[in-house]
Amino acid sequence: MSASAVFVLDLKGKVLICRNYKGDVDMSEIDHFFTLLMQQEEDGLISPVMSHGNVHFLWIKHNNLYLVATTNKNSNASLVYAFLYKLVEVFTEYFKELEEESIQDNFVVVYELLDELMDFGFPQTTDSKILQEYITQQGQKLEVAKTKVPTTVTNAVSWRSEGIRYKKNEVFIDVIESINVLVNANGSVMSSDIVGCIRLKTMLSGMPELRLGLNDRVLFALTGRDKGKTVVMEDVKFHQCVRLSRFESDRTISFIPPDGESELMSYRINTHVKPLIWIESVIEKFSHSRVEIMVKAKGQFKKQSVANNVEIRVPVPSDADSPKFKTSTGHAKYVPEKNLVVWSIKSFPGGKEFLMRAHFGLPSVENDELEGKPPITVKFEIPYFPVSGIQVRYMKIIEKSGYQALPWVRYITQSGDYQLRTNS
Amino acid sequence: MTDSKYFTTTKKGEIFELKAELNSDKKEKKKEAVKKVIASMTVGKDVSALFPDVVNCMQTDNLELKKLVYLYLMNYAKSQPDMAIMAVNTFVKDCEDPNPLIRALAVRTMGCIRVDKITEYLCEPLRKCLKDEDPYVRKTAAVCVAKLHDINAQLVEDQGFLDTLKDLISDSNPMVVANAVAALSEIAESHPNSNLLDLNPQTINKLLTALNECTEWGQIFILDCLANYTPRDDRESQSICERVTPRLSHANSAVVLSAVKVLMKFMEMLPKDLDYYGTLLKKLAPPLVTLLSAEPELQYVALRNINLIVQKRPEILKHEMKVFFVKYNDPIYVKLEKLDIMIRLASQANIAQVLAELKEYATEVDVDFVRKAVRAIGRCAIKVEQSAERCVSTLLDLIQTKVNYVVQEAIVVIKDIFRKYPNKYESVIATLCENLDSLDEPEARAAMIWIVGEYAERIDNADELLESFLEGFHDESTQVQLQLLTAIVKLFLKKPTETQELVQQVLSLATQDSDNPDLRDRGYIYWRLLSTDPVAAKEVVLAEKPLISEETDLIEPTLLDELICHIGTLASVYHKPPSAFVEGSRGVQHKRLPARAGSGESAESPEVGQSGTSEAPPAVIPSQGDLLGDLLNLDLAPATTTVPSVQPSMQMGAMDLLGGGLDSLLGGDIGGSPSMGAALGAPAAMPAALSNAPAVGGGLGDLFDLGGGVGMPTGFYVAPKTLFLPAMKAKGLEISGTFARRGGIIQMDLSLTNKAMSVMTDFAIQFNRNSFGLAPAGPLQVLTPLTPNQTIDVSLPLGTTGPVMKMEPLNNLQVAVKNNIDVFYFSCQYPLSLLFVEDGKMERQVFLATWKDIPNDNEAQFQIKDVHLNSDAASNKLQGSNIFTIAKRTVDAQDMLYQSIKLTNGIWVLAEMRVQTGNPNYTLSIKCRAPEVSQFVYQCYELVLKN
Repeated sequence: MSASAVFVLDLKGKVLICRNYKGDVDMSEIDHFFTLLMQQEEDGLISPVMSHGNVHFLWIKHNNLYLVATTNKNSNASLVYAFLYKLVEVFTEYFKELEEESIQDNFVVVYELLDELMDFGFPQTTDSKILQEYITQQGQKLEVAKTKVPTTVTNAVSWRSEGIRYKKNEVFIDVIESINVLVNANGSVMSSDIVGCIRLKTMLSGMPELRLGLNDRVLFALTGRDKGKTVVMEDVKFHQCVRLSRFESDRTISFIPPDGESELMSYRINTHVKPLIWIESVIEKFSHSRVEIMVKAKGQFKKQSVANNVEIRVPVPSDADSPKFKTSTGHAKYVPEKNLVVWSIKSFPGGKEFLMRAHFGLPSVENDELEGKPPITVKFEIPYFPVSGIQVRYMKIIEKSGYQALPWVRYITQSGDYQLRTNS
Repeated sequence: MTDSKYFTTTKKGEIFELKAELNSDKKEKKKEAVKKVIASMTVGKDVSALFPDVVNCMQTDNLELKKLVYLYLMNYAKSQPDMAIMAVNTFVKDCEDPNPLIRALAVRTMGCIRVDKITEYLCEPLRKCLKDEDPYVRKTAAVCVAKLHDINAQLVEDQGFLDTLKDLISDSNPMVVANAVAALSEIAESHPNSNLLDLNPQTINKLLTALNECTEWGQIFILDCLANYTPRDDRESQSICERVTPRLSHANSAVVLSAVKVLMKFMEMLPKDLDYYGTLLKKLAPPLVTLLSAEPELQYVALRNINLIVQKRPEILKHEMKVFFVKYNDPIYVKLEKLDIMIRLASQANIAQVLAELKEYATEVDVDFVRKAVRAIGRCAIKVEQSAERCVSTLLDLIQTKVNYVVQEAIVVIKDIFRKYPNKYESVIATLCENLDSLDEPEARAAMIWIVGEYAERIDNADELLESFLEGFHDESTQVQLQLLTAIVKLFLKKPTETQELVQQVLSLATQDSDNPDLRDRGYIYWRLLSTDPVAAKEVVLAEKPLISEETDLIEPTLLDELICHIGTLASVYHKPPSAFVEGSRGVQHKRLPARAGSGESAESPEVGQSGTSEAPPAVIPSQGDLLGDLLNLDLAPATTTVPSVQPSMQMGAMDLLGGGLDSLLGGDIGGSPSMGAALGAPAAMPAALSNAPAVGGGLGDLFDLGGGVGMPTGFYVAPKTLFLPAMKAKGLEISGTFARRGGIIQMDLSLTNKAMSVMTDFAIQFNRNSFGLAPAGPLQVLTPLTPNQTIDVSLPLGTTGPVMKMEPLNNLQVAVKNNIDVFYFSCQYPLSLLFVEDGKMERQVFLATWKDIPNDNEAQFQIKDVHLNSDAASNKLQGSNIFTIAKRTVDAQDMLYQSIKLTNGIWVLAEMRVQTGNPNYTLSIKCRAPEVSQFVYQCYELVLKN
C-alpha cells in the first residue's frame, strides 16, 4: 500500500538511517538507488520514481539528504511523497534544521520517531506538536503516571491537547497573498493568479470553537447578502482541523485550532490582476563586445501603499564581465555565481516609476555553449494590502469557560512565482 | 551533548568491550552501550554477535532503552531465530503492562519480528491487545494482524483474527477504524480471492462517518478502500460522491488524489444528464489545478494522473490550459509532463497561445525538452487542422535556426504533417532538402528519405539525393535501410526510365549483401512484385495511405479504465497496470470501472457491438505485426497511429497477400507495362539470375513456403479448426476455428461460412469475461458481405487485458457473434499454451528457489504416454510453444528436464519432465502457485508432444 522501508541517505548515497517497515524488500536494494540516480543525472532526465528490478524508489531531496522510500507493490505514490515531506516537517520541528549533522546527532530520537510515524507502511501520528508530548529529546525515566499516550493521539481532535492555559487569550491572523505572474517576452500576461493563505497564531485556553468569516462570494450568495465587495475563491484547502463537510454544505469555516502557529487554510483566486510591479526591459547583446540592459519598473498599485524589499533580478550571459550600473533609485549588484544583476529597492511607492541601466563587457571569444533564457524575476512585499480584496469579517471564539478573546488581523501581499520572459 | 559521539568508536576489540558494558550493573552504562550498538548497526556493522547481551537489557523500566533494544531485535531476530525466543517472555509481559504506551510498543514490535517459530506465542497477547481498552493499543494491534498475516496467513485465519479485525471497522475510535481498514485492505490485496473486504452499504456508511474524523492518513486508507466498492445503483453512487467531495478541500494532496479516484470511478455510474453529474465535473477541476502548486514530486504524480483524467474526461480541464504552461524553474520531469498535457488540451480555441508557448520552449537549451516541444508543434498541426499552416511555418522558422537536433526533430514531424494533409505543404520540401547533410539521427534520415521517395516526382534531383544515401547503405540503421529501399522503389515506379540502375543496385544490396531478414524479405517482395506485375506493384507500393489520426499516444481504453481505478498509485505514474510491475500480483485482478446504471449488463449475456457507454472502438493500435503497413512504410513512427478502423483490415490484406495472393502473383499473369518489364530485364530471367546465388535461392524458397503456410515463425502448434457453432443453431452461420500464438500475438482463426440463402453482413464479436481476460484486440474484419455458400477466413487478434472472471473449465471461452440477422452464442476451449509468453525462461537460480518455495501440496503429476521423441527433440518442440527448458540432468539413463512457463497474467509454472531412454512414457511434475492450471498445462504438453 505504501512504503516498505524508509531511508535517509547523504549526498554520496551512504545510508545514514533506515527503518524496515514491511520486510518484503531486501534492505540492500538501496545500494542501487544512488547508481540509478547518477545514471539519470548524467542523462539529464531525473525522475522522482526510479525502479530496479521489481523494487521502486520514491525519493525527495532535502538540504544535503535524500529521503527514499522503497516498495515492490503498487503503492499509493502520492501518499508516499506526502509522507516523506511530512518526515521533513517533523524532523525540522524537532531539530530546527534537517541535515546530515542533525540526523547523526539525534539518531536515537530519529529511530523513535520513525517507529511512531509509520507502522507497517501506514503513516500514523504525524503531528509534531502532539508527538513532542511523548517523544522527547531527553530520554525519560519510565514512570507509569507520567509517560502515557496523550489521549490526543487517538482522539478525533488529534491536533490539540486538553488543558492548555493562557493568561491572555488572543489569536493572531495573518492573511498572506502571493501573486504569481507569467509574462511573455512581448509583454502579454500569459497567466496570473493569487494564492493566499491564512496563518494563525493561537494563544487560547481550553478547547475553543472558532468560526472564521470571510467575504466569500459563495457564502454571501447562500445567505442572500449582497452588500460589499466579495471574492471568488476558485479552490480552498483546509488544515485537518476544519470541518470539511460543514464547509461543503454551508461554507462555514468552523474548527478547533491547533495550539500555537499553524496554517489554517489556503486558497486560489483566478481573477485577473494587473502585475503589481510592471517591468519593461531592453537587453541588447552585441556579440564579442558588450551587453546593454535597460530596465524600467513601475508600481501598479495604490499610491498610499508601499512595496518593501523589492528585488528585481535580471539575467546576464555567464561570460559577462566589468559591470557598470546606473539607477534612479536603490542599488544594483552583480551576482556572477548566479549570472544575475540584482536591483534592490528598499521602498517602492505605488504609482512611481524607476529606471536601471547596466553595461557589461563580453569576451571576444564567444562561449560555445548554448545558454537558456532565464526570465526576469521580481520579489516584493506590500503590507496592509490584500490584493484580492479578501477580508476577515469576523473570528468568533467560543469556549465553555466563557472567556473573552481578541483576534488580531494583518494583511500582506507578496510576490510568488513572478516571472517575466525576456527577448534575448 | 549529541548522539554523534556513539559513532566514533572504531577500535579493535570493540565488540568485546561492548559485551562487557552491556552486562554492566550500572544502568547508565548499559544504556550507553546499547546506544553504541545501535550506532554501529546504523552504519552497517554487524553486531549480531551481541544478541544475547542486548536481549538481556530488554527487561528495563527505561522506555528509551527498551525502544532501542526492540529496534535491535527487529533487525537481528531473523538472523538469530533461536535466540529470538528469549524475547518472547518479555513481549508477553509487556503486553500486560499498565502503561498503554508499553503495551502498544510490544505489540508493534512483535509483529516486526519475522520469525516463524515465535509467531504462535504472539497470538494470545495480540488477542488481548485487539480488545484493549486504550484505542492507541487497539490501533496498533490492528496493524499487527496484517503483519502476522504476512508471516503466517493460515495461523491468522485459524485464530479468528480476521473476524476481530472486521469488527474493528465498527470501533468507536476513528483511528482504530482507519488502521483496521488499512490492515484489511493490505491483506485483501495479497489475497485477491479472500473476499475479505466484503463491503456492503452498512460498512460503507461506517467508513464514510469515520472519514470525517480520522487523521489525514486514515482518510487516505478509507478513500482507497472505498474505491474498491461498487455501488448498487446510481443513487448510492451519488450519495457516496456527495460525502466524499468535501475531501477535495483537504490540504494534503494525497487525500485529494484519493478522493479524485473515488469520484472518477463512481461518476462512471451516474447518468450524464443528471444535474449532479455536471456539478461534480465542475468540482473536480479546481483541486486538480491546485495540485500543481504542491511540491515537485507531488506535482509529477498529479500531472501523470491528470494525463489520464484528460483522456478519460476531457471536459473537466478543457478551460485550464494556462496552468500547464511551463515555468523556467520547473524540474525537467514536470516540464515534459506539462507539455504532454498541453497537447492533449490543445483545441482551436487556444491553439494560438499554445503555439506561441511551444515556440518559446523550442528555443530553450534542455535538449529533451526542446525535442519534445518541436514534436508537440507537429502534433498540434495534426490535431487542429486550422493551425496546420501556422505550425508548418513555425517549424520552418525553427529549421532556420540550424540547431542540429531541432532540425532533425522538425523533419520527423513534418513527415507526419505531410501524411495528414497530403498535397498541401509540399512547397517546403526544398527547404527540407537543404538540410539533408546535417541529419545524423536514423529517425530523421528515415523521415527525410520517406519524403524524398513519396514526392519523388516533384523533386528534380530525387535520384541524386537517394543515391547519395546509398553509398553508405550498410552503415545505416535498419530503419533507414528499409526506408531507402522503399523510397527507391517508389522513385522507380514514378520515373522508371532514369532509375533502373538505382533500383537494381538497392535490390541487390538488400537481398544479397544484407543478412537482415526483414530487409532481405522486403527486397525480395519488391523484386518479385516488380518482375511479375509492375502494375500491381504500382498499386501496392504507391497505394493511397490511410490518414493518420488526430489523437496520438492515447492509452488503450480498457487500460485507461483500469488506470483510473489506480489514481494516485505507482500504476498511474507508470501508466502500466500493476500486473506489469508487481511480481506475484496474480494478474487475475484487473480493476474495472463500474458499469453505468441501466446499461443492463449481465455476466451471462455479453453485449455485442457498441452498446453501453464508453465502449467506442479502441482508438489505439498495437504497432507491430502489420506486414503490409510495413511494406508501405507506415512504420516510421510507431508513436503516431493510423486511423483505427483501417489498420486491422490492412493486417487482413497482408495475410491474404502472403496466402493465396502471392501464389497468384507468382504463377499468374506476367504482363504489365513493357517499359517496366524491360527495366528489370525479362521477368522470366529473374529466377535464373537468382539461382546463381545459392543463398539467395534458399531465401526465396522460404518466401515461397510462406505462400503455403501463412507466416508463422515460431513452432506453435495450431490445432486444426474445429466446429464452434453449427449452422443449424445460428440461422445458417457456421463457425469453426482454432487458436494460435504467432510471434507473441494471440490470434483466433475463424472460418465463417454462410449456409443460409441470404447475404450476411455487419459482423461483430465479443467475449464474455473469462479466466485470463482474453478479449478481441480489434473488430472482427469481415469486409465484404458473406454471400450464400461462401466461406471466409478471419484472423482475430486477441489481447489479455479484458475483464476477468474465473471460468469452469478454466480455459472456457464464451463468445457472442453478431451479424445482420441475430446474435449467436457459443463456447469453446482454448489451449492454455496460447497464454505462454515468449519471455517465460526463468533464471536457474530463481527456478530453484521458486520450486522450493511453492508448497508440495501444489505439485501435480501426470503421465504422457506414447511419445517417441528423445529429450532434446521434445525440448525443442516444447520451446516452440514457449515451454522453456532451463536445465537438463541425466541420471541413470533418465533425462530430467526442468522447464518454466510464464502465463500472460504473470503466473509462473514450473515443470520437471522425466524421460527414460527407450520408454515412450514421460513423467511430468508440475508446480505452480495456482495449482488449478496444472491440468491444463499438462494438456498442452500432450498436444504439443504428440503433434
